[in-house]
This record gives sequence, structure tokens and C-alpha cells, in this order.
Amino acid sequence: MKYAAGVDVGSTQTKCVLIDENGKIVARALRETGANITRAGERGFEAVLQAGNISRDDVLCVTGTGYGRFKVEFGDLQITEITCHAKGASVLFPGTSTVIDMGGQDAKGISIANGEVTDFVMNDKCAAGTGRFLSTAADTLGLRLDEIGALSLQARNPVRLSTVCTVFVESDIMSYVAQGKQIEDILGGIHSAIAARTIALVRRVGLKPEYTFTGGVSLNVGMVKMLEEKLGAKLNVCEDSHYMGAIGAAMFALEHALAASGS
Amino acid sequence: MEKLQYQGHLHTLQKELMGDYYAELTASANGSGLPAAYLLIGGNPVEILRAFDILPVFPEVNALQLAVRKQSLPFIQAAEFMGYSSDNCAYVKADIGMYFGGRTTPFATIPEPSLLLCNYVGCNVYLDWFEHLADYSRRPIFQLDIPFIRTASGKPSKDDIAYVTTQLHRLIEQCEEITGRKLDQDRLREAVRLSSETGALWSKIKHLTKAHPAPYDAYFDSVTMMAPLYCLRGTQAGLDFFETAYAELQEKANAGIGALSEERFRYVIEGPPPWPHLRTFRDMFSRWSAIAVASTYSTVGGLWEFGFTHDPDSPIESIARHLLEWNLTNRNFLQRYDQIGRYIEEWDAHALVIHSVKSCRLFSAGQGDMREYFTKRGIPTLLVESDLEDPRYFSEAQMRNRIDAFFESLEHRSTQGQSVTV
Repeated sequence: MKYAAGVDVGSTQTKCVLIDENGKIVARALRETGANITRAGERGFEAVLQAGNISRDDVLCVTGTGYGRFKVEFGDLQITEITCHAKGASVLFPGTSTVIDMGGQDAKGISIANGEVTDFVMNDKCAAGTGRFLSTAADTLGLRLDEIGALSLQARNPVRLSTVCTVFVESDIMSYVAQGKQIEDILGGIHSAIAARTIALVRRVGLKPEYTFTGGVSLNVGMVKMLEEKLGAKLNVCEDSHYMGAIGAAMFALEHALAASGS
Repeated sequence: MEKLQYQGHLHTLQKELMGDYYAELTASANGSGLPAAYLLIGGNPVEILRAFDILPVFPEVNALQLAVRKQSLPFIQAAEFMGYSSDNCAYVKADIGMYFGGRTTPFATIPEPSLLLCNYVGCNVYLDWFEHLADYSRRPIFQLDIPFIRTASGKPSKDDIAYVTTQLHRLIEQCEEITGRKLDQDRLREAVRLSSETGALWSKIKHLTKAHPAPYDAYFDSVTMMAPLYCLRGTQAGLDFFETAYAELQEKANAGIGALSEERFRYVIEGPPPWPHLRTFRDMFSRWSAIAVASTYSTVGGLWEFGFTHDPDSPIESIARHLLEWNLTNRNFLQRYDQIGRYIEEWDAHALVIHSVKSCRLFSAGQGDMREYFTKRGIPTLLVESDLEDPRYFSEAQMRNRIDAFFESLEHRSTQGQSVTV
């Protein structure tokens, strides 16, 4: 059996996926990106080969994506994560019209027709409303990032945040803590603010169901629920949503390999 | 990645001529040259200054030269230290910082002005800029009040023309006071004639990018020609430059030689370039074999390609028309749409790219609507944002991501009429 790989070197985490000739996912690996982007891609790729117990020689083609795509030096293709998320989403959820991607430093809206990107929008240089905002909030409250989503679901009277600035949110949170607000209510307010901001961003490409939620923040159950409430629609989310960019990248690698071999 | 070589004979000649011009600025600063007048690019009336042997100095050009050389930030920060806001136009801050830094730059010593000619009043910040410079230098300021184009037809009224003409006569009186001599009408006609011929050549050069492949990049190479268009227009040296440029580029067009080894995408671009990252920005398009076939920015000092010429038989009125009617920054949005629409159609472009400027809300406001306007008409449109002068606003990874994704989308577009907007 031969394989294709996608290596998504994101700002925070590096995601790698291996698929077989039939497009079936056979292995996944996740590593913190850290400061050495080149090394992050290599480590992620080594990890996914190990996870699948697959030899490097059996991988026909590798696509690098994410911010570090140009540093995936062993890769054959380099494609932006925008195109890769759209690809992955349209393969896993063929009815997808809109992708909402929330990563460590980015929030994106991508509209898709016939599996291809027709329009996209991203946050600007500022990290407001992204995963970084959530991790700052978690740090300020002394919580782990993976527990704040579930806690936010227990909010009864969510607070209103005056900012979605990643820098200023800390002082907003501290003032609510000082006022004696419940942690759950503060987290409810945070999730609500980010969801509203993200929807305002995605609205620019048009809000058209089905929606597929991708990126690291898609693991946050609180954010899934908040977006669904505000959109009035279900989101396509699965355990692989976090890997969507790498899955799309692997699909492109497979197509490339098949085209090259003439099959 | 292989480094692309963009520099040709044209660029070498431009460097030489601009070197001479900057030497004139330095001579003026040292007291051995001509008196200097500061003025603004938008519809610049250099012919009147040239007729008086007054050296035109463009603070905008000086500021962008600092940015291209990656020297702008310390001056911007110096101005911010003085109290200029971080949101203020970065051209203004770089220039003010440089003014108080002894007016020394790597390319010239900028002379003190004998006159501050504020010829563009559409921007309040620019008015303040020149008023501040007048205050700092204690030199006279002349405010040319140019009525904005208020009709969809884009035509100024007779009264508008008379209003500006009257002011130009007052400007001439002011120049007479500064130089101590009366206007030589023949000198003015000669400067206007040289401008007229220069403008005609520039217009022809603009039309050369209709060729497939385009012989030069109408954004990144146009900026090379824009400096002589403002700093040397109305002089024989300026005209000679454009004769050489036209001959060289026409030859390339006739021979079917493109600016890039391969031309896959032809786009129109709106907005000034991110000067501190010009080369990086250019590479982001070149690697997609994408070429700008037309740019609105190259018309910021005047629109020649749609029929304007200075008239030596009616010099003052034609200068007034230039300021009013054939001046991008004096035009309304309907005209800006029309200009871009013509470029897309007549220059056969596939897409529109808008580079929005953070520290210039005047020119950038409305560009979101512009994107929608062209998207609705089926033109794939990319909107990116950074700054023209402040290097801190440029995020290379994000910029590259947007540009790459846009061209990936263009590449993958399977259905005609499908639009891509960012």
C-alpha cells in the first residue's frame, strides 16, 4: 500500500495526517510547533509515520500547509491552509458551504462551491477572537485550555465583555473576578464575545449552511454550542476537525501522486 | 526560491537622474542651489515652479524613499515621541521626524522650504502637515483650494476652473515675491510644453501593458517612472527620460518580451504599495507569474492615459484642469470605479487587488464597498491591508497567506463568473 501525507504547520500546533491510496485516514499526529518551524514539520512527520507504522519510502507525496508550509522542506507541494481546510471539509462533509476555522492566531471564514474556495476572509494582524484569546483567558483564570469550553456551558448569567482584544481581556477578566462573578459566567461571556466576532467576520463571505467548524478551537464544546446558538444551525464537527487542514493537504498530495502516475 | 531580477536599463537611468535631482536638493540645502518649494503629489503644478527656477520638493517622495531604504521607522518614532498619534499618516510622521532630525537622509539633504505649496486640500491631515511645516520652518504657506469633483460626469464647472485659475495667478504673485522677478511667460509655456510631451509619452507607456505579455509591471515598475514624472516634469531631462523609457518598453512590447518569464495572471491594483516591504510584496505576486497591467496609484499625480494633456497655449487653465479633473485624489468614487472598470476591460485583466493603507483612512475608506462593487460584477477581488510607510503594520506571513490563497482560488476556479473576494 502507498500513502500520501499532509503536514499542517500552524502557529501553535503542527498537525500531520497520512491517508492511503483510497483516501482513508490511517494515522494522525499532533506536536507543539514551538520556535523551530522546520523541526516542527519534521517531528510531526516522523510522528505520523511512527503512528501508522509506515515507512517514509511508502509515502508518494507530501503537502505542506499552514504558516510554516514553506519550511516543510521535505514536502512536494505547498498549499495555503485556506485551500486545504476547504478541501478537507468538503471531503469529510460534502454538504459544506461555509468553513469556520479558528486556530491559534487566526479566525477564517471560507465559502465553498463544488469543493473549491469561492471566497474567504481572515482576521487581520490582530489575534482578537482566536485561540490565543481563549488561552489568555484560561491562563488569567488559572484554568487549562481544554476545560474552559465545558465550564462555559454552565454559565447562568454570562458577563458582557467590553473588549475582544487579547491584550486587554486580561484586565476585563480580573475586574469581573474582583466583582465576585462566577468563573462559569465569565467564561460564558468570553465564548459569546468570540462567537459573535467570528460570525461577524464570516458574514462577509455569506452565512450559508452547511457549516463545518475546523481548527483547534473546534475541540472546545462551549464554542461549538455558542456558534450554533448564534447561527441557529448545527455545525459539522468531528474528532478530526482539528486536523482538517492536514487532511485537505494529504488529499491534494494524493491527487498529485495519482495524476503523476497517470492513474 | 530563485531571486527574480527586476532591474533593467530604465531603472539604472532613473537612479542616475534621481541622483542628479537629489544632488540639486542637497545643493539647495547648502545654500548654493535653487530655492525650494514643498508641494504634494496629487495634481502637482510643478510647471509654475519650474518657470521660476524653484525646485519642487515632495515630502511624500522623501518619506517613501526613506521607507524603501528601511529608514522610516526611527523618524516615525521620533514624531510619535513629539506627540503625533500612532494612527496619524505615517508619511507625515516620517517627514516631520526627518525634518527635526536635521533633514539629512541617505539620498539627499532636504532643503528648508522657501514656500509651502499645499496643492491638495482633500486631506485634512495634509493641510495640517503643511501648516505644521510652515510653523516649524517659519516660511510662507500657500493653500490652493481645489474643489472636489462633485458630479458623476467628473467634469469641473466653469466656475471651478475660474476659481482655481484665480488662485494660480495669486500663486504666481507669491513666486514673484520669493524670487524677486516677474513671471516669464515664455518660460511657463516652455515648461508646460515639456510637461505636455512628457504626459503624452507617459500615456503611451501606460497603454503598452495592454500587450500580452505586458512588457513591464504597471505597479512595481510604474513607481520607478513616477518619481521622474513629478520631480522632473517640465524639464528637458524629464522629457528625455520618458523618451528613453517609451522606446525601451515599446521595443519589448513589439518583441513580445514580458516583464516576467511567464505571465499567468493579469491583475489591476488599487492603492499605494507597502514601501518598507516593496521587494517582498512584489515577490508575492511574481511567484504566481502574476503581473499588474494597470494601477490606480500610478495616476495619483495625474491621469494622462485617458486623454489629458497640458496645453502650452493655455498654460494656467490646463494646470487648473490637471488639479481639478485629472487628479486621482480629487475624484469621486464613481470615477474611481469607472477607472478600474476600464482597466479591467481594456487592459484585459483577470482580477483586482486592493492594497488598503492603515494610516490613510481618506484614501482607504470605501475600499470595502469597492471590493463588493467589483465582486458583484464577477471580478475576483483581493483586499489586503498594511501601510505605505510604517513597517510595523506589515505581517509577512498573513499577507503571503492571503495572496497565495487568492491565486490558488483563481487557479482552481472551474466555473466562469464565480467570484473570489477577500
